[in-house]
Amino acid sequence: MSSTGQPPPEPFRVSQLLYDTRYRSYTIQIFALAVIMLAFAWAIDNAVRNLEALGKDIDFGFIFETSAYDINQHLLDYDSTSTHGRAALVGIINTILVAVMGCITATVIGVLAGVLRLSRNWVVARLMTVYIETVRNIPVLIWILFTVAIVNEVLPGVRSFRGEDAMSGLLFDSVFITNRGFYIPAPVFEAGSSVIGIVLLLSVGAAWYFGRWARARQAATGQILPVFWVRLAILAVPVLLAFFAMGSPVSLEVPALKGFNFKGGIYMRDSLIGLWLALSVYTGAFIAEIVRAGILAISKGQTEAAYALGLRPGRTMSLVVLPQALRVIVPPLISQFLNLTKNSSLAIAVGYMDATGTLGGITLNQTGREMECILLLMAFYLVASLTISGAMNAYNRSVRLKER
Amino acid sequence: MAGEKSVAFVAERQIPPSPPPVKTGGALGWARDNLFSGVFNTVATLLSLAFVAYILAMVVPWLFLDSVWNASSLQGCREVDDGACLAVINERFLQFVFGFYPEELRWRPILAFVLLFVAIWPALFSSAPRKLLIFSALYPLLAYWLIWGGSLWGPVGAVVGLAIGWACIRFLPPLVRGRLDEGLAFLAAVGAGILATALWWLFCVTAFEDALGAVLAIGLEPVESARLGGFLLSTIIGVSGIAGSLPIGIVLALGRQSNLILIKAVCVGFIEFIRGVPLITLLFVAWLLLSYFLPPGTEFDLILRVVIMVTAFASAYMAEVIRGGLAGLPRGQYEAADSLGLDYWKSMRLIILPQALKISIPGIVNTFIGLFKDTTLVIIIGLLDPVGLLQPIRADQNWNGIVWELYGFIALFFFIFCFAMSRYSMYLERNLDVGHR
Repeated sequence: MSSTGQPPPEPFRVSQLLYDTRYRSYTIQIFALAVIMLAFAWAIDNAVRNLEALGKDIDFGFIFETSAYDINQHLLDYDSTSTHGRAALVGIINTILVAVMGCITATVIGVLAGVLRLSRNWVVARLMTVYIETVRNIPVLIWILFTVAIVNEVLPGVRSFRGEDAMSGLLFDSVFITNRGFYIPAPVFEAGSSVIGIVLLLSVGAAWYFGRWARARQAATGQILPVFWVRLAILAVPVLLAFFAMGSPVSLEVPALKGFNFKGGIYMRDSLIGLWLALSVYTGAFIAEIVRAGILAISKGQTEAAYALGLRPGRTMSLVVLPQALRVIVPPLISQFLNLTKNSSLAIAVGYMDATGTLGGITLNQTGREMECILLLMAFYLVASLTISGAMNAYNRSVRLKER
Repeated sequence: MAGEKSVAFVAERQIPPSPPPVKTGGALGWARDNLFSGVFNTVATLLSLAFVAYILAMVVPWLFLDSVWNASSLQGCREVDDGACLAVINERFLQFVFGFYPEELRWRPILAFVLLFVAIWPALFSSAPRKLLIFSALYPLLAYWLIWGGSLWGPVGAVVGLAIGWACIRFLPPLVRGRLDEGLAFLAAVGAGILATALWWLFCVTAFEDALGAVLAIGLEPVESARLGGFLLSTIIGVSGIAGSLPIGIVLALGRQSNLILIKAVCVGFIEFIRGVPLITLLFVAWLLLSYFLPPGTEFDLILRVVIMVTAFASAYMAEVIRGGLAGLPRGQYEAADSLGLDYWKSMRLIILPQALKISIPGIVNTFIGLFKDTTLVIIIGLLDPVGLLQPIRADQNWNGIVWELYGFIALFFFIFCFAMSRYSMYLERNLDVGHR
């Protein structure tokens, strides 16, 4: 009987748990929590009992045991007496190697194809459409197997670089493209090359500083400096001077044919080459579509407005169109990089020893520790993906349109 | 005279129309405009044309003019002509389609495939009779029975389990009306239904199957999973993954948008975990680890495990696509639904999802295409999909050394299916876009 005219508070009824929105969310969440915890408990209990029945336990000690297998492509020192942990590390570095190489070439291919698909030249545009549609609609695994087959079957054998009418390598006989892979020159660093490195670092710093100064000056006075050429000079001249002053301490070791194979230089296996090219071409097609969408997303009025202000085409591109297009392009581009990294796990199909091939392949088979190996493998990919997508989200926040 | 001269120009006859500018007229003008409008353009055109001509000159004679369709070995092909040895595809075609499925039973997957179109008809076209949806709902079990064989009573037992659960939810609340609070009764009924179904599936189905099998033995000859392969296997995994990932993806996307913190956290965790690891590792889990997490002694078909993992994988991607669609809807739509007094599920079902799904059609179909392409990865865990069948064929003495024909054939198969899907999505997009401009 309150005087405010409000109905008296109703007594709590159980049905409110389901029909009253104030309580319903708690009901649902507690119910879900219970179900999830029960499911987890059930699965873990099963796992414990299964492992017990098999006489196994969870033990990561195998990481420090001798691996007793070889890895044919490694950037770190590795042989069959190294540990499983080191084998996994070599695999992870191999994954990163092919992923970084692939991302760079895929971006180049993708940007070219995306821009060319918008070209007014009918033949070129059609050709790029055919490329993109063909590549996107065929599984990447088939592309990888196919590219490795091309490397193995079509490229010349090592034998054809020997004998009477021997083929000569590309680039002054220094790069050899064979069906076993590519042989490229390796840089050799002698004493004094660290000086060049330091000079290079200093020049990069100076070039960056010059760019900032030039921008500030332009903002203050309106004068435009030839930034690109000055920067090029800042980068190149001191390094070259240091190079000759130190008596050319950096040289190239060119691979040479000795016996049945090339010796010296850097050897990139057929599987690495095939995987790299296939992933680049495959991801490139997706990137091309992203680039095209990004360019189309900028309305023509933006370009026309820039022209009306008197900007030349190059500056229109760099000051007006690109900053806006990049906002559309970069997030899906990075998710393509992630896809490429994840697709590189298909290396196991062609025998390239990446993280999946070492940790999830031979180590798993030799030690019989499926649970531990697969958990570690998933953890590696998960950490890599989450790191990259975290960086992407930070970028997204920084370029987001400030809406009010 | 001078006055006459000062008169302005007066046309005394009609000026004949001048010919159109050379550039814009006809095919030649078009070519000049589009292909040869500058040095760079001309070079690009010529290079492209040369490239196309080079590829065609290589492929056309190889594939069409010099190809051999009838031979029993690579040697035989080479004796006839030096083009593509398509005889291998001619000979192994049925193996590519069915894997090692017993020859006399191949009508069963074919029938299942034909019925698939009947089942998806009401989903694709609104003109189809609505009654067909019951058939669509039953189709998975029917297809399972047709392909794997065994007693009919197994699938029927599974359906009976579902029916028991439904009956619990439908008929229990009225029974206890008056004695129990309404909401509690409903909750209890749902719980009882789920429990009854689970108990039936765990303990009673086998007995039911045996009992009915003893009375009336209706069954098909069982076929082991190991004999399934080829495009049949790709299609099984692809279609079940597609059918499963859309509803699960919708639920996950709604969960991620939800304001129930716990539900949201679970969905975000699941989606980010699945999207963070490659499919191969999930297939490894299906292959090696899944049996650890099930009660000891559970025998579980590998293909089924793979289907579960592929579905989970695709659902996470689907959820992100649909989340994009949900986020793309103007806020006013949500508020309008609320102001009409619709509850959460009604507003989702009637207002939000129809629009959000429409926006996300391209992404959804892209996920389908990706899923279908990803079915090839099952060769890593030893299943014999078309790519997996290459190895036995190339190990065969007769066909040793064949490469391009086989890759080309498989690639063509996938291309046709995926390209058709992407074109269908574009058609759908255009059709549904009406009224938005």
